[in-house]
Amino acid sequence: MTLTTTRPSSTAAPVARKPAPSRRARVPYAFLAPGLLLFTLFLAAPIVYAGYLSLRKVKVSGLGLGSKSRTEVWAGLSNYTRSMTDPEWLPSVYRILGYGLVVVPAMLGLALLMALLLDAGRTRPGFSGFARISIFLPYAVPAVVASLLWGFLYLPRVSPFVYTLDKLGIHAPELLSSSWVLYAVANVAVWGGTGFNMIVLYTALRAVPTSLYESARIDGASELAIAWRIKIPIVLPSLIMTFVFSMIATLQVFAEPMTLKPLSNTISFTWTPLMKVYRDAFVRNDIYAAAATSVVIAVATFVLSFGFLKLVGRRAFNQEES
Amino acid sequence: MYKKLAPVLATLTAAALFTSACSSSGDKSDDAATSTEKVALTYWSWAPNMDKVVEGWNSTHPNIQVTVNKQDGGDPAVTKLLTAIKAGSGAPDVMQAEYQKIPTLVSADALADIGKEAGSLKDKFPAAAWNAVTLGSEAVYGVPQDSGPLMFFYRSDIFEKNKLQAPKTWDDYAAAAATIHKANPKQYLGTFSASDAGLFAGLAQQAGASWWGVNGDSWTVNINDAATQKVAGYWGGLVEKGVIDNKPMYTPEWNAALNDGTQVGWVSAVWAPGVLEGSAKDTKGKWKAAAMPQWDAAGPATGNWGGSATSVTSQSKHPKQAAEFVAWLNSDPAALKLLAGTANVYPAANDATSVLTTPPAFFADQADFYTIAAEAAKVTKPFTYGPNVNVAYSAFNDAFGKAAESKKAAAFTESLVTMQKATVDDMKNSGFTVAG
Repeated sequence: MTLTTTRPSSTAAPVARKPAPSRRARVPYAFLAPGLLLFTLFLAAPIVYAGYLSLRKVKVSGLGLGSKSRTEVWAGLSNYTRSMTDPEWLPSVYRILGYGLVVVPAMLGLALLMALLLDAGRTRPGFSGFARISIFLPYAVPAVVASLLWGFLYLPRVSPFVYTLDKLGIHAPELLSSSWVLYAVANVAVWGGTGFNMIVLYTALRAVPTSLYESARIDGASELAIAWRIKIPIVLPSLIMTFVFSMIATLQVFAEPMTLKPLSNTISFTWTPLMKVYRDAFVRNDIYAAAATSVVIAVATFVLSFGFLKLVGRRAFNQEES
Repeated sequence: MYKKLAPVLATLTAAALFTSACSSSGDKSDDAATSTEKVALTYWSWAPNMDKVVEGWNSTHPNIQVTVNKQDGGDPAVTKLLTAIKAGSGAPDVMQAEYQKIPTLVSADALADIGKEAGSLKDKFPAAAWNAVTLGSEAVYGVPQDSGPLMFFYRSDIFEKNKLQAPKTWDDYAAAAATIHKANPKQYLGTFSASDAGLFAGLAQQAGASWWGVNGDSWTVNINDAATQKVAGYWGGLVEKGVIDNKPMYTPEWNAALNDGTQVGWVSAVWAPGVLEGSAKDTKGKWKAAAMPQWDAAGPATGNWGGSATSVTSQSKHPKQAAEFVAWLNSDPAALKLLAGTANVYPAANDATSVLTTPPAFFADQADFYTIAAEAAKVTKPFTYGPNVNVAYSAFNDAFGKAAESKKAAAFTESLVTMQKATVDDMKNSGFTVAG
């Protein structure tokens, strides 16, 4: 069975053979140096710095108005306890869990459906090219711009949809009211993300040789059965990958609610965990609490994505191989 | 050959990357050496046409050339400045700073004391404005530029149609709101905006509140005091009755409502004409300005919404020249004329009344516009801002957002408890001494 997983081949190029002189042994490190340097400068160092900041705090003396009245001191874990016991923290976590339950299935479901439809129409190339691009296009729109566009469509007085529905005598719900706002934000993310996931899944489908489908068809399988029994199992690794990406994006949702925030009463400064980080750092000017929350979010993202990969890794990949 | 060169190349690439990564910062602002006489200053401001005002200075002061760097607004500019202060470089020499941000900036050691250069200007400004730049101390952290006394703006045609007068008291305002909404259920006299903490602070100021205070060596926080409770309860009551709207201001929705005659009044400040001109251009000529509705008609008072000073930052290498420019900008008659006429600000200086003779274009028919504004500026109540205004304001947004959505008056007064607690907790956590 053909499989399109890319596993890291651990011993790809035997660079340093045993008898090589010591000078040549250093060559790979020289090659690695630019990468390592960039990694250190732009990834490792900021992470370490954030970890350091999360253990510090500012101590003000007196009224805090003189020029030397602020000193930075060690804070122990107090920033962490303060962040985690903030009454707004848990609601924001629950909120993105609900948000994820809406966004991820809707986005991946739509992406899979569209990829399968495009793939089914492989024989008519003209239309599928156009369809593919138009489905992908929203992904090219920056999240902030997309949120502004949708914001205009949500506000009753400026929305052409509400206007049309109103003329038809239908009372449209207020999409930025507390009962709808989660879906309103989720919709922007689904609109923007479906295209990307569709392309990933579609590319995986394209890698499958048509002979497979032909033989299934000869065996009497319907298009639906082919999709369900052959195509979906084959793109499962891609589905898992897109799921992990979507999960990480959910944990880090920020631009959409932040842009919609000024338009409504229902999106608070701490609507999502990352918005709380932003509020602490740039509104409250407390980068120490923000660093602590960031570290918690980073660890949670790490644990969730690798935990999930470990969980499904064996089932999804190994089963197919054996 | 290639194999031998490889490590060298790799190291060179790495070195190049490293230097380019590091050299991108700190390559400006120290070009004007102190030995030469010519000095270049940068000035962050978000007032419109400020570059044209500054031209008036540059043409007469060849040795102190000021470049305006246009900012998005008060909040982003402060965020940028605080980041630059933390980083140790990147701050401008001169900075527009809203009054409510000055304690925060002083507390972060971002502003220079220009008492020596500008201290003599004290008598040229109203006491409340001068107090905002000194914080009641001997130091001077800027020169007041503009002020924003609260005023009331209304659609005179709608008021006439409903046989209403401009409200003298808040009771009148409530009655007018009810009448207008009853006559046309789509129309509102105003909205309670949970995204504009500055306006709410101004309304509380009018009622006699002062959210922060200094008592010896400790701060006091009085957000949940009787005056603010009165204001919160009043607006909560109007929202609960449904006679005013509960949606935030400064949204496309609100702009459309002002323009199509759904919002027929606005409690705002002296700078409102500029906003109305942009948002409600189809209603030109139908608006009128009036003094604020009062709690006590016998003792008129008002609050402030907006207004800013011009400060010299602590990173400036030429604080003396910068202070000279700041003093000129906000007190020289020629500069005041430019500020009022070109940058459309309402100068804080006492002399400003002489340059403000014609009403703003959007209120062209109201000859007494600036007389009303000057009266308002005179009765502005004192108000002290604290070192963590942003914390209080963001707590306001979240708590009052929920309250406005729930449309319950009780939730409005309850929100003040949340605001007070968030503000005090934050100050205590930073180590400020907070009394009470």
